[in-house]
Amino acid sequence: MKILVCISHVPDTTSKIKFSDNALDTNGMSFVIGPYDDYALARAVELKESHKATVTAINVGKSDTEPTIRKALAIGADDAIRVDAEPIDAFFVATQIAEIAKSENYDLILMGREASDYNGGQVHGMVAEMLDMQAIVPCMTLDIDGNTATMTREIEGGKEIITCDLPFVAGCQEPIAEWKIPNMRGIMMARKKPLKVVEAVQPEVLIETKSYELPPARSNCKMFTSDDMASLVRALKEEAKVI
Amino acid sequence: METIERNREALKGGEFLIRESEASDIFTPEEFSEEQRMMADSSRTFVDREVHPHADRMDALEEGFMESLLDKAGELGMLGVSVPEEYGGLGMNFNTSMLLADVIGAGGSFCTAFGAQTGIGTLPILYYGTEEQKQKYLPKLATGEYKASYCLTEPDAGSDANSGKTKAVLSADGKTYHITGQKMWITNAGFADIFIVFARIEDDKNLTAFIVEKGFGNITMNEEEKKMGIKGSSTRQVFFNETPVPVENMLAGRGEGFKIAVNILNIGRLKLGAGVIGGCKYVISQAAQYANERKQFGQSIGNFGAIKYKLAQMSARTYAIESACYRAGEDVDNKVKDLKAKGMEDAEAKLKGIEQFAIEAAILKVHGSEVLDYVVDEGVQIYGGMGFSADAPMERAYRDARISRIYEGTNEINRMLLVGMLLRRSIKGELDIFEHAKAVGEELMGVPSFETPDDSEFFAKEKAVLKNMKKAVLMTLGKAALTFKENINDEQEILMAIADMIIETYVAESTILRTEKLVGVRGEEACRGQIEMSRLYLNYAVEILATKGREAISSFATSDEMRVMLMGLKRFTKIDPINMRDTRREIANITLAKSEYAFDI
Ligand SMILES: Cc1cc2nc3c(=O)[nH]c(=O)nc-3n(C[C@H](O)[C@H](O)[C@H](O)COP(=O)(O)OP(=O)(O)OC[C@H]3O[C@@H](n4cnc5c(N)ncnc54)[C@H](O)[C@@H]3O)c2cc1C
Repeated sequence: MKILVCISHVPDTTSKIKFSDNALDTNGMSFVIGPYDDYALARAVELKESHKATVTAINVGKSDTEPTIRKALAIGADDAIRVDAEPIDAFFVATQIAEIAKSENYDLILMGREASDYNGGQVHGMVAEMLDMQAIVPCMTLDIDGNTATMTREIEGGKEIITCDLPFVAGCQEPIAEWKIPNMRGIMMARKKPLKVVEAVQPEVLIETKSYELPPARSNCKMFTSDDMASLVRALKEEAKVI
Repeated sequence: METIERNREALKGGEFLIRESEASDIFTPEEFSEEQRMMADSSRTFVDREVHPHADRMDALEEGFMESLLDKAGELGMLGVSVPEEYGGLGMNFNTSMLLADVIGAGGSFCTAFGAQTGIGTLPILYYGTEEQKQKYLPKLATGEYKASYCLTEPDAGSDANSGKTKAVLSADGKTYHITGQKMWITNAGFADIFIVFARIEDDKNLTAFIVEKGFGNITMNEEEKKMGIKGSSTRQVFFNETPVPVENMLAGRGEGFKIAVNILNIGRLKLGAGVIGGCKYVISQAAQYANERKQFGQSIGNFGAIKYKLAQMSARTYAIESACYRAGEDVDNKVKDLKAKGMEDAEAKLKGIEQFAIEAAILKVHGSEVLDYVVDEGVQIYGGMGFSADAPMERAYRDARISRIYEGTNEINRMLLVGMLLRRSIKGELDIFEHAKAVGEELMGVPSFETPDDSEFFAKEKAVLKNMKKAVLMTLGKAALTFKENINDEQEILMAIADMIIETYVAESTILRTEKLVGVRGEEACRGQIEMSRLYLNYAVEILATKGREAISSFATSDEMRVMLMGLKRFTKIDPINMRDTRREIANITLAKSEYAFDI
C-alpha cells in the first residue's frame, strides 16, 4: 500500500501573527507541520506498521520548509517530495499534488482537514476532483481491510460511518491518531532518507492577495452592576453602537 | 547558524583565567544543528505532553508512574543519547546530551529520575565497564528496560563520600563479593533494577564500585523519603545485607571506586548546569505571561518597573549560564576529539576530556543551581499570593529547585574544589597561574595604564573589563596562595569568595563572547536584547568581584598589602556605568512582548 501524506508548513500555533510589506512577517517565528496534517501523518505511520505501507510526505514550498519535511521523515515517512514553489493558494497546491499523484498510484492520499495558516480546507477536495477520486472530510477514524477503508466522522447529533474503496483522498482530524513525537533515532535517520525536490507545474493563478490586516484588537471588557441597566443601555447605544 | 571554524589551540580547563578567548573560540547554542534542535524539540514536547500535565500524579509518587515516564522516554531514544551506537544508543556528542538535560530540566522530578538513569546510573558502566559488562547492561539501560540508581552516599558519608562503611567481602572460593551496608538518599531506588554500589574491600584506602542487580537478592529498602521538592522522584535508603555479587561485576579495579565517583560527578555537574536552563526558561515564560495578565492598580503588573527589574534579571542570568554551559560542553567535545585523534580509546578519551574541564564543571554546577534558585524565587514573587499557592506552577518550581544546590556535591564543596583544582594544576605546572599573578602584582606597582580601548570594535570596552576581572582574580588568588601555602584549605571563607570571583569571570566572559559571535552572524539590530543582557550581566558580575574581592583581601592581607590590593581591586573592577534602569526595561519589554523567555536559541 502506498500512502501520500500532504504536509503544510505553518507558523507554530502559539505564534503572534504580524505583517510587514504586505506579507506575513516570519521574523523570529518557528514553523511546524500543520497540526491536522500531523494527525494524518501519525495515522499513516501507524498504517505503515500494521499494513506494511510505504509513506511519502509531500510539501509545496521553498527550501525553508525542509526542516518541517525532515520532521515528517523523523516521525516515520519513508521518503519525501518537495515541490519547489511558494504555495500561492489552494488550487495551486492541489495542482502540484495531483500532478505528482497522477503517476504514482497512491492508495491513499491523506492530509489535514485544513492547514492552520489560512484554514482554507480546500486542497483535499480539489486534489480528489483532479484525480477523479472521492474526498472524505473530516476523517476522524480510518481503518483499512483489504481494498476497503472504513471511516467515521461526527455529524450533527451523531456519528457517520463510511466505507470507501481505495484509492481516495481524506482530510483528517483528531481522534484519528495521536500526534507522534519524533524519536531520536528517527531524527538521526531522517537525514539519510530521500527528499526529492521537483519543479512545480504552472497552473493559472486564480487568486491574488491584495492586502492583509489583523483583526481589530479586542477592546477591554466593561462590567456593569445589575442595578445599573441605564448605563449598560447607554454604553451599548453610544459606545458599542449596536443598539 | 553557521559554525565558524576555530583556528587556535583549544583552551585547557581553567585556562580561561590566564588566556584571552575570542568569540570564534567558543561554541554558542545558536549553532546547534537542525538535528540537535529536533532532538531538543522532541524532548520538550515530551515534557510538555507527558510530564507537566501529570505533575500531581508524579509528585504523589503514583505507583508505576515514573517508571512509565522513563519507559516512554526510552522508546523515544532519550535515554540512550550518550550511549554509543554499538550498545544500542545514539552515540551523540557531549553537548547534545547537555542540550537534552537543558530541555528536560523543565520537568521537575522527572529531570532527577532522568539524570540518575542516564548519568550516574549508566555512565559508570559506559566509561569503566568491561566489554562484557557494557554488552550486558548498556543496551537495556539505553531503552529503559533496566532502571538504574547510584549508591554512594551513606548516613555518615555525604560530602565525605570516600568514608563510606559499606563492605565488600570476597568469598572463600574467590567468585563472589558479599556487600553489606546502608546507603542513603538513593534516587530511583524504588524501582531500580541496577544499583551502582560503592563499597570498601578490607581496609582499602579507597572504595570499589560494583554493578549490583536487584535480582542478586538481599536488598531491602526504607519507605520513600518525605522531601521538600522533587517529590515525584523516588528517594530511599537501600540496605545491602550480604548481597552476593559475582566478581565479574566489579567496575574497573579494586580501589578505583572513588575515582569513578569523582569523574562521574564531574559529568553530573556539567549536566546540572545545563539542566537548570530549561527550568529557568519555563519559570520565566510563566512569569512573563502572568505579569501580562495580572492587573493591579488598573494595569498589568508587567508595567511596573519593579517587576520589569525581576524579569530582566531572570532572563540575563539564564542567558549567561546558558552561554557558559554550551561553551564548556563544546570544550569537552573538542578535547575528546583531540584525544581520540591521538589514538586514545573512546571511553577513556571521554573521561579525560571531562576531567580536563572539572573546574568548569564545578563552576556550572554552583552557578547554575544558584541562578535557578534566584529565578524560581522571583518567579514566586511575581505571582504574589498565587506564587504561594500549590495550584499555580511556581510553588512546585520553587521547591524542586532547592535540591540542586545540595546534590552532585554541595555548592560549598564545589566552590572549594574549583579553587583547589586551579591551585593544584598550577603547582603541577599545567597552568601558570602564579606567573600571571606575579605579572599582575608588578603591574600594580607600576603606573596604571590610561590606554582606552578601541571603541570602534564591538564590545571593546566590555572585553577590557573582562581582562581586568581576570587580573582581579589572579591578584587575589595568587596572594592568598602565597600567604597560606599548603594551609589554604583551612581558609574556607577566602576560598569561597575567590570561587565566586572565578565563577563570575567565566560566566561573564562566556556571555560577552557568545553575544559577540551572535552579533557577527545576525547583526546588532537583531541582537538588541542579547547585547543589553550581556552588558547588564557584566555589570552585575563586576559588582560581585568587587564585593567578594574585598571580602577575601580584607580577610588576610596585612595593612600595607591591603591598601595596594584594594586599590588594585578598584582599578580592576572599574566599569563604565550603563543606565541600568533602561537596560532592564528593554530586556523586560522584549520578554513581556513575547510573553515568554524571549532569547531562546
Ligand atoms: C533528593 C536527593 C537525592 C540524592 N540522590 C543521590 C543518589 O542518587 N546517590 C547518592 O549516592 N547520593 C544521593 N544524594 C546524596 C547527596 O549527594 C548528598 O546529600 C550530598 O552529597 C551532601 O551530603 P550530606 O547530605 O551528607 O550533607 P553533609 O555532607 O553532611 O553536609 C552538610 C553541610 O555541611 C557542608 N560541608 C560538608 N563538608 C564540608 C567541608 N569539608 N567544608 C565545608 N562545608 C562542608 C555541606 O556543604 C552542607 O552545607 C541525594 C540527596 C538528595 C537530598
